[in-house]
Amino acid sequence: MIIEQSKMQSLAARMSKDEVKGRSPWADARKRFFRNKAAMAGLIILILVGLFAIFGNSFAVWSNEELDFNVMGQVTTMGMPSLENGHYFGTDDLGRDLYSRTVQGTQISLMVGIVGAAIAVIVGTLYGATAGYFGGRTDQLMMRAVDILMSIPYMFVLILLLVMFGRSMSMLFLGIGLISWLDMSRIVRGQTLSLKNREFIEAARATGVPGWKIIIRHIVPNLLGVVAVYATLLVPLMILTESFISFLGLGVQEPLTSWGALISEGAGTINYGTLWQLAFPLFFFCITLFGFFFVGDGLRDALDPKER
Amino acid sequence: MTRPLLDVRDLRVTFQIQSSGAMPWHKPKQLRAVGGVDFTLNPGETLGIVGESGCGKSTLARALIGLVPATGKAEWIDGKDLISLSPRQMMKYRSDIQMVFQDPLASLNPRMTVGQIIAEPLTTHHPNLKRAEVKERVKAMMEKVGLLPNQINRYPHEFSGGQCQRIGIARALIVEPKLIICDEPVSALDVSIQAQVINLLIRLQKELGLSLVFIAHDLSVVKHISDRVMVLYLGKVMEIASSDDLYAHPQHPYTQALLSAVPVPDPDYDPVASVVPLKGDLPSPLNPPSGCVFRTRCPRAEARCATEAPALSLGDHQVACHFPGPLTETEIARARRTEAA
Repeated sequence: MIIEQSKMQSLAARMSKDEVKGRSPWADARKRFFRNKAAMAGLIILILVGLFAIFGNSFAVWSNEELDFNVMGQVTTMGMPSLENGHYFGTDDLGRDLYSRTVQGTQISLMVGIVGAAIAVIVGTLYGATAGYFGGRTDQLMMRAVDILMSIPYMFVLILLLVMFGRSMSMLFLGIGLISWLDMSRIVRGQTLSLKNREFIEAARATGVPGWKIIIRHIVPNLLGVVAVYATLLVPLMILTESFISFLGLGVQEPLTSWGALISEGAGTINYGTLWQLAFPLFFFCITLFGFFFVGDGLRDALDPKER
Repeated sequence: MTRPLLDVRDLRVTFQIQSSGAMPWHKPKQLRAVGGVDFTLNPGETLGIVGESGCGKSTLARALIGLVPATGKAEWIDGKDLISLSPRQMMKYRSDIQMVFQDPLASLNPRMTVGQIIAEPLTTHHPNLKRAEVKERVKAMMEKVGLLPNQINRYPHEFSGGQCQRIGIARALIVEPKLIICDEPVSALDVSIQAQVINLLIRLQKELGLSLVFIAHDLSVVKHISDRVMVLYLGKVMEIASSDDLYAHPQHPYTQALLSAVPVPDPDYDPVASVVPLKGDLPSPLNPPSGCVFRTRCPRAEARCATEAPALSLGDHQVACHFPGPLTETEIARARRTEAA
């Protein structure tokens, strides 16, 4: 039998290397994710939208507060998108630059989505993992509390909150944060229940690792796949909720704006032929939602819960 | 005589089973998983525990390590009763008793590197150790169990089943325990790998002076590794004896039936001539038979067996049976006739 010299040498070199680097399940998932074309397209869209939100203002000729007195009163004829007068996306009804308004709306909407999802991830994961891991009466109490909160029509409560305590950004975050973690905690609890009887958890308990450390070190990392997928699907949900609230006129208030508020304004003036007032915010809104859904889908495929 | 490392007296584990749809005030059913087990384990000794599935082997192991609540006494070598200790007091003994699990891959966290997995008991019990020192000890332990120390950063899915079991053994050994409980450590492995892992266990036991509790349902494996063997049936001890004695002269009819069912690697061997078939299935532990738990399937059962539970006899060869003794020809013949009928 002929042994290939070079192959054996490289094998020997590898075996004698100081420390071989392992391939973590995360690295595997990353590779699968990058191979998924739709997810990559979604990710690129999201990155572009993010860049637009961060750096968009530096390309704007007009700030989002200035009124362009040249177009005021004749928006249908003068306020359409043009490169010459610096209104790339046209102006809104008051003569404000729609480009910088859209940048501002993108910032706010993304922030609402990400903050809402972040609250859901942090609170929901810890709450659900705790309930699932400790089980028994603790679990019963914690999950019945979630059931009660879930049975309340949240849109109604959110609207009441905004009406009673004034319409402010912080109140909006609070309202969205309060409701967003409920579903997450249920999903996480279910996953924890299936994890907690696995032998590696038992091994940790047998050596005497304290409960909170088991949750942080053993349970949460094994849940993160599900959590990541759900979080990416939660961001557009939060954006949608905020847009709906703003569409009703209860969300963010002038001079601030969001996609929902802009779309609402644009839809209100659609009869006067100023179609761009609806089209531009709506375009960003749609591609961002698509982007998040594709990324979420790709993550789900990459982090396939079937362990191999 | 020296003090035994572990002296277990009347260990019982009972689970409360709330039947589905029952109201909270309904009395839950009692599932008697382990019903009064007595044994002793000397330092450096290997005790094999055998029995069919559902007889309480794994529950017994988990009770010893404090994973399921139990009653009774389990006296450690220093006189402390492990079962009555609070979780905080138990912490001190957790590094003395370690466990090796059945499914090698499932007992390792897939998101942690081998180094982190093996180091976990060490960092739990000695939180002040420096990182470099932990790594040093992990590498030394990997070498000891036959793994390449340079694979310290790899993940469990990159190893074979046998290697994963070695990782599990390294994790158990890193805190220098006095007793390792092996819960069917080789059942999930290929036969050739089984031999490797068992020989590794035997070698490590000799080197480190460990005591082992070795749970298995493979009788030949148990015979190979154990000094003494305990036979369990439905949560009760049927027979405890030294391994050679038990295999050569089984006294309890259940042990005899078990041993006669061991496959013999000989094509000319006729199993029909020597296998004693047992009637029926394992009774439900929710509703165990009165008296001797084995009487429903026992060829020697008489009226006395239904009323009076046999106590474990004293001495080196302990049997829990009213009518102990070697298997007779007439019994084999009778068992075969009822099987045929």
